[in-house]
Amino acid sequence: MSRFSLSIAAFVVALLGGVIFVTTFERPPVMSVQGGFRGLSMGEVQNPRMIPARLAANQVPEASEAADTTGPRAHEAYQNVQVLRDVSEAQFNRIMLAMTEWIAPNQGCGYCHNVENMASDEVYTKVVARRMLQMTHKINSEWATHVGQTGVTCYTCHRGNPVPTMVWSTEPNSRAGLQSPRGQNHPAASVGESSLPSDPFTPFLLGDQQIRNISTTSLPGRNSQNIMTTEWTYALMMHMSTSLGVNCTHCHNSRSFAEWAQSPPARTTAWHGIRMVRDINMSYIEPLKPLWARNPNGPAEGPHGPRLGAMGDPLKVNCATCHQGVNRPLNGAPMLRDFPELKQVNQGPLRSADATPR
Amino acid sequence: MAMLSFERKYRVRGGTLIGGDLFDFWIGPFYVGFFGVTCAFFSFVGTALILYGAAIGGTWNPWLINIAPPDLKYGLRLAPMREGGLWQMITICAIGAFVSWALRQAEISRKLGMGYHIPIAYGVAVFAYVTLVVIRPVLMGAWGHGFPYGIWSHLDWVSNVGYQYLHFHYNPAHMIAVTFFFTTVLALSLHGALVLSALNPPEGEPVKTAEHENTFFRDLIGYSIGTLGIHRLGLFLALSAGIWSAICIVISGPFWTRGWPEWWGWWLNLPIWR
Repeated sequence: MSRFSLSIAAFVVALLGGVIFVTTFERPPVMSVQGGFRGLSMGEVQNPRMIPARLAANQVPEASEAADTTGPRAHEAYQNVQVLRDVSEAQFNRIMLAMTEWIAPNQGCGYCHNVENMASDEVYTKVVARRMLQMTHKINSEWATHVGQTGVTCYTCHRGNPVPTMVWSTEPNSRAGLQSPRGQNHPAASVGESSLPSDPFTPFLLGDQQIRNISTTSLPGRNSQNIMTTEWTYALMMHMSTSLGVNCTHCHNSRSFAEWAQSPPARTTAWHGIRMVRDINMSYIEPLKPLWARNPNGPAEGPHGPRLGAMGDPLKVNCATCHQGVNRPLNGAPMLRDFPELKQVNQGPLRSADATPR
Repeated sequence: MAMLSFERKYRVRGGTLIGGDLFDFWIGPFYVGFFGVTCAFFSFVGTALILYGAAIGGTWNPWLINIAPPDLKYGLRLAPMREGGLWQMITICAIGAFVSWALRQAEISRKLGMGYHIPIAYGVAVFAYVTLVVIRPVLMGAWGHGFPYGIWSHLDWVSNVGYQYLHFHYNPAHMIAVTFFFTTVLALSLHGALVLSALNPPEGEPVKTAEHENTFFRDLIGYSIGTLGIHRLGLFLALSAGIWSAICIVISGPFWTRGWPEWWGWWLNLPIWR
């Protein structure tokens, strides 16, 4: 090869490298927050130019004026009121309007109600909504270990969509390309574009498999941990990190992932969060499966969209469902404070799989 | 100290970069030079500061001694001595000593009329260190991003920095650096095995020559880079490993703030297979 063609080749390679560098990377200045003792390199590193868009995407809609809490109770004013029995009539109407805005802004009341007869349970989504109200109440009352006093509302997940956008269902086994039966060896958005097992949710967020990957012995033999359990654990952790827009050091000092004494307090919150998500999926989402199975594309009047995943299981919750890329959902806005109605949800009678629209 | 028979040949006057004849002398077998003096100065001061840091650090356990950089809140300013200022001073001393050493190597190279291969090769290692404690911290806006001076503490730093970008094996420059490190080892082991085999023939056979070595590799892989070429290749591989290591850390933070697997989105989204 002549010197001339060599220099052309070098130029082309340099040009290609330059284009890739300029178009795919970020640039200084960056923003960093110290998360531990100095020199430990724990804490967040963020691109300040990406923050405004993230803040804007997680704004809370303005709350309507608080309703009068006096007057007749909802179950006295209306028929067939089962879970919002004890709020006032004005509060009942307020929360109904809020829910419409949060969940079905384009469809309106008809998304859950037969508008000719609002008391009727014939549209199945109304039955689902009751169960979801009970779920919201349980999260706020019994999972304060995770949601704190900030709490959640319907909007935390729904964000103006009848079906929350960030949901998951069990994946069918694919052997396309070099994929292993566990969806490995193929980059997946669910695990931060890594090639780790792409569905860590079924074992860890629906099932309660142990999330472990640190050996408790320095010698092989009685070591119950292996690379495979590590990859499953890491897959879930990749999902948690990308869902919250944080890195591993938000919850762990990587010198010892398992050691609680060396972990930041956020890890405790996350531990409760994992249990909370399991509870939501097992106690509230899975039992509604028969209802969705009968209406796999949503209510007859629409909008139509899948209610079940590829394996026929319902669309379930993971960390991204609420967090949507930020550490504190909706930037930590205490939205629940403006909706005391959600704290007055009647927990009984328990409605589940057998809850059939009347 | 008596001179060895060949030393006279190496003790050549001149070639200094700075200081003229002033420091152009030897102490025993050691060339001094201006940069030998500065190197000794920075080494003594830096070591003394490390010992001072250890003394006020609460442990003499050599594994646990830790002299950490300042909190991020100090940005690119000087920090109080006990809160990272010591780290800043030690860093200045370390760079002073390392750069002096490289320049002293350059002076010796000039004396001997040889190329600057040795100072350049050593300079790559110094460059990697400077990248870690100066270039990257400056780009990220705080000295606190440097690594702490301690046997265990710097390992904790390495581990945490990796996990700040979720999965460091997806860092493209890290991939290249690791490949160069492994290739360096492969080339060195092939070369070492070849030379040892050629020079240690079985009982009764003569020592083999370079022609034998070339023939062996031509038989094995169809090509022999030659006795001179293997050393050029070795230098290239080893220095590339160091350079790409420096690149892989300097892009983590200043030029990428998210998980490294996510960076590959551009590749996954190429219109060919998207």
